[in-house]
Amino acid sequence: MMAAGGTPPTPMAGCTDVLAHWPGNLAGKERAYLDLSGVGELRGVRWTGTHMQLGALATYWDVVTDARCVAEMPLLVAAARTIGAVQIQSRATWAGNIANASPAADGVPALMALDASVVLVSGNGGAGGLEREEVRLDEFYLGYKKLRMRTGQLIEAVRVPRRPRSVSIFEKVGARRAQAITKVGAAIARSDAGWRVVANSVAPTVRRCRAVEEMLEAGAVVRSPLGFAAALAKDVAPIDDIRSTAAYRRAVLGRVLYFALRGKAGVV
Amino acid sequence: MKRIEGLAKLTGAERYVDDGPADAGLGMGPCLWGMTVRSPPPHARGRVKEIRYGKGGGGIDWSKLVVVDHRDIPGLAGGRGVNEVLMIGTDQPVLAAEYVRHVHEAVVLIAGEDREMVRRAVAAVEVVVEGEEAALDYRVEPTAAQVQGGFDANVLKRLGINKGDVEAALAAAPIVVEGEYETGAQEHVYIECNGMIGWVDAAGVVCVKGSMQCPYYVLNALKHTFACDEKGVRVIQTATGGGFGGKEDYPSVIGLHVALLAAKAGGGRPVKMIYDRGEDMQATTKRHPCLVRHRTGVDRDGRLLAQDIQVRMDAGAYVTLSPVVLSRGIIHAAGPYFCPNVRVDGKAILTNSVPYGAFRGFGAPQTIFACERHMDVIAARLGMAPEELRRRNLLRDGQTTATGQVIKAHAPSPGTDRVALMDRALVAAGWAKKKQEHTAFNAASDHLRRGMGLATFWHGAGFTGSGETYLKSRVHVAGLPDGRVEVRIATTEMGQGTTTVMTQIAADRLGLAADRVVVAVPDTTVVPNSGPTVASRTVMVVGRLVERACEDLLVRVGLGKDAKGAVVGEAVRRWHHLRNAEGGGPRGELIGEAVYRAPPGVQWDDATYRGDAYGTFGWAAYVAEVEVDLRTYAARVVDFVAVQEVGSVINPTLARGQVAGGVVQAIGWALMEEFAWKDGAMANATLTNYIIPTSDDVPRGGIRVEFVENPYPHGGKGSKGIGELPMDGPGPAIANAVADALKEFGVEPNRLPLTPERVMGMMEKAEAAHA
Repeated sequence: MMAAGGTPPTPMAGCTDVLAHWPGNLAGKERAYLDLSGVGELRGVRWTGTHMQLGALATYWDVVTDARCVAEMPLLVAAARTIGAVQIQSRATWAGNIANASPAADGVPALMALDASVVLVSGNGGAGGLEREEVRLDEFYLGYKKLRMRTGQLIEAVRVPRRPRSVSIFEKVGARRAQAITKVGAAIARSDAGWRVVANSVAPTVRRCRAVEEMLEAGAVVRSPLGFAAALAKDVAPIDDIRSTAAYRRAVLGRVLYFALRGKAGVV
Repeated sequence: MKRIEGLAKLTGAERYVDDGPADAGLGMGPCLWGMTVRSPPPHARGRVKEIRYGKGGGGIDWSKLVVVDHRDIPGLAGGRGVNEVLMIGTDQPVLAAEYVRHVHEAVVLIAGEDREMVRRAVAAVEVVVEGEEAALDYRVEPTAAQVQGGFDANVLKRLGINKGDVEAALAAAPIVVEGEYETGAQEHVYIECNGMIGWVDAAGVVCVKGSMQCPYYVLNALKHTFACDEKGVRVIQTATGGGFGGKEDYPSVIGLHVALLAAKAGGGRPVKMIYDRGEDMQATTKRHPCLVRHRTGVDRDGRLLAQDIQVRMDAGAYVTLSPVVLSRGIIHAAGPYFCPNVRVDGKAILTNSVPYGAFRGFGAPQTIFACERHMDVIAARLGMAPEELRRRNLLRDGQTTATGQVIKAHAPSPGTDRVALMDRALVAAGWAKKKQEHTAFNAASDHLRRGMGLATFWHGAGFTGSGETYLKSRVHVAGLPDGRVEVRIATTEMGQGTTTVMTQIAADRLGLAADRVVVAVPDTTVVPNSGPTVASRTVMVVGRLVERACEDLLVRVGLGKDAKGAVVGEAVRRWHHLRNAEGGGPRGELIGEAVYRAPPGVQWDDATYRGDAYGTFGWAAYVAEVEVDLRTYAARVVDFVAVQEVGSVINPTLARGQVAGGVVQAIGWALMEEFAWKDGAMANATLTNYIIPTSDDVPRGGIRVEFVENPYPHGGKGSKGIGELPMDGPGPAIANAVADALKEFGVEPNRLPLTPERVMGMMEKAEAAHA
C-alpha cells in the first residue's frame, strides 16, 4: 500500500496524535490511514550485541518496563515517564513521536542524545523485495515537520547503539509538573563518542546543540547560566507562541543546562 | 451522610445530557445534532455583510438539514419571536443579525441526523464581516472609533462606595501607599461541557433539558424570546458535571439555540447540542479580567486611615451579569478591615472580547487579590509583619464596613473573632517556625526559594443587598401518598452536594430517615422558583426555606411545627387517605410552602450603596507555602491551610471538598491559567494549552481545611455560604508567599497568573531597577 501510486496512506501506530484532533478534523477524515497494529514484527524492544532496537510499534511503556533499558538507557526511561500519563505512555510509540516531528517531542531528544538512527523501509518498485535505509536521527529533520524520508517509506525501527554513558540527564520544563507539553527541554548524554546536548521546543525541530557540546568537550569554564548564552545563540532559535516566549525559552534553557551540568566538564 | 448520587457518578451510571437514549426518551425519532456557525476571526467587531451558504459543497445535502439564522426567529414564535437573550439586559442577540461584537459569536444554527454532515455544513457557511475598529484592551481608554453601544468611553456600568472623607484623610495621612494589581480571565473547565436538548411537545410547549445551574433563568430567556408565558415553556435540569458559574448565564443561550432548531425542525423532533471543549472554551463566558488601583493612607502604627480604590473590569461584548459582578467586586474591595474613610470607584468596560460572566467568587476574588496583596505591600513599606498589620485592622464586632454595615454577632451565637481566626491559621501553618526555617533554607539553596503568604478575607453570603427580597424565592416540600416527602426546589445539584445536603436538612427537620426524603428533579413544571444556584446561597437561603416549608407541611397535616419522626409519615399518609376516601374531587397534592423573607433589621440602599450589603459574611484566613524554582521560575504550592467560619457545617465531607476543590481551582488561577488572546478570542482553547492544575500541583499533604462554627440563625441548619470563599483567598496568599520567597530580589508579584514567564519578567525588572 505504501508503495502504490498516488498519495500513500498515513501509517498509524498508537494514534495518540491523530485521535486528539479527530472530531473536528474534517480534512483528516478524507485521508486514508494504514493501521500497523497487526504487524507483529514491528512490536517491542530487541537487543543485539551492539544495539537496542525499538520496533515501529514499541511504546514508551515498553521501554519503562524493560529492565535492560532501565539499567542501560535511563535517559529513555526518564523521557518516557514525562510523556502524558500511563494511558498515553502505553499507546504512544517512539516511532510515532519521530514521525509526528513536533519540535516539542520528548522522545526524540532522548533518542538523539543516544545517537539513535531511524531505519526506513520501502517496497522496491514492485520487484518484491524491500529496501532499507538508515538515517541518523540528528540528520533526520530538515525543517519544521520536514523529514529526510521519501514518499512510500515507512519507519520500521529505531536503533540505539549500546555504549557506556557516564552522564544521562533528561530535563523537561512544562507549564505544570505533569501532563504538559514541553516549553523548554534538554537531553544530555556523555559517552566515548563525546557530549551530546539535545534541546526541544527551542527551534523548528528538535536540535543538537553543537556549540554547547563543543564547550563541554573543550572544558570551557562556565560560571553561570549566562555562560551558555553565546553558544545557545548559535544552537537554537526559539519563538513566542501560545505556550511560552522566546525570551523565557532562551533564558531557561541556559539555566536548565547550567544547573544540570554543574560540577561536570567545566561548569562550576 | 454519604453523597446520595456519589455511587452513580463513580460507576458511570449517572446519565448526563449526552448519555440518554438516542431519542431522548421522547419517541419522536432520534435527536438531530445541532451545531453553530460562529463569526470568524479576525474581526472582533463589524457589520455582517453576507452569510454565504454552501461554500465547498462536497457531500452536503442541505435539504436534510435544519438551518436557522436571525431571520427565522420572529416566525418560529408565531411572528412574535424576539432576537434577544434575556439576562440582566437584552442587548445580546440570540443569533447575530447585521452586527457582531466579538469573534465566535453565534450566527447560524444547523441541525441534522448525520453529525458529520452537520460538521461539514458548518464549515461550508461563510460569514462575511466588514471589520470595524475593536476595543480589545479594557485597561486603556478607548479611542473615539472604539466607542460603541452609545456608552460613554465604553463604561457599561459604574458603581461607587463612599464612606467618610477620603481626600482629606489621604492629605493628612503620614504615609500613603499606592499599588496596582491585575488579574486575568479564567475558564471554568467544568468536566462536562455545555449541552442541551430541545423539543416542542404535542401541546406546543417549548421544552429544554440539559446541563445548567439555573432552570428559571433558562425559562425566563425562553419566555422572552418565544414571547409566551410560563405555560408555553418547560425547562428540566439533567445531571450536571460542574458549573462554577459557567452554567449560570450561558445555558440560556444554548437553550434558546436548541429550542429554535427544534421549533424549525417541527414534528416534535428533539435537537441536541453538545459543545466540544474547544467551542465551549471559545464561545462561553469566563471570569472578568480586572485591574485595581489602591491608594491607602496609614499611620506609623499601621492603622488604616483612608482607602481609595479604583476597580476596572473587562465586561466583554455584552452586559450578561457584569453589573452584578462589578457590584460584588467593589463591595469586597476594601477587605475585612475597619477604615473610617473609604472610596471605591468601579467601572465595567465594554470591549469586543467574548462576554465575561459568572465565575465562582463573582468579582470578589479579583478585588480581594488586590486588597490582600496591597496589605502585604503596606506592611513591607512599614517594616511590619503582614500578620501584625492585619491584626491591627481586622474588623471587630461593632465596627463598620465600607458600606457602613455594622458587623455584629447573630444572637444567640457569639460574634466571630477574626483575629483569632487568623491566629488559628497561622498556628496550623506553623507560620513562625516555617519562616525561620525558610531563612536558613533559602540561604543554603542555590536554586530553590521558599516563602509563606497570608490572606485574611470575607465573602458576603447570598445575593447582594436587596437581591433576595426582589427574588422572593419559593420552596415546596410535598408529602407523598406513601408517607415520604419530596423537596421541590429549582436549586440544582452540579457536583457540589445540593441533593445530599437538602435531604439532610429535610430529614433532620422532620425526624425522618434519609431514604424517606426525595429531592425532585428540577423541572419547572414541578418545582417552584427557589432562585438560581449561585452566590453561595443554596444551603443558607434555600436550605432555610426547606426547613420552613417542612414546618408548613407539618401544620397542614395537623401536627405542631416541632413534630418529628414516625408521626410525620403517618400524618402524611393519613392526609392522602382521607382526601382519597372523601373521593369525588381531583386527587390533591399535599404541599408545604415557604417564601423568602429577609432577616429582621437588614437595610440596604441600592442608590447610595449604603447599608447591609449582606445578611452575613463568611470569614477566612488562608496561608500558602510556596517553593520557587529559580532554574525555571516556576512556583508551586507545597502547603496550604484554609481556616474559615461559615456558620454551621452540615456535611463535613462535602464542606471540606468544596474548600479543597476551590483552593485547587484558585491555585490554577494564581499560577497557571493564562489566556492567549488573538482578536479578543481565545487562541489556546484546548486542555493541552490552557493549563489547569493536576493532582501533582496540589500540596502532597493535601489542602488542610479547618472550620470554625458559629451557627447563623437565618441560614439552613445555621449555615452560611461556603463555596466561593476558597476562590477568594488563595490568589493573594500565594502571591504574598511568592513575594516572600523572592524578597531578596525585591519583586512585587502584583499580577495573576504568576506563570514562570511572568515571574522571570518580574525578576528581570527588579534586577534592572537594582542595577
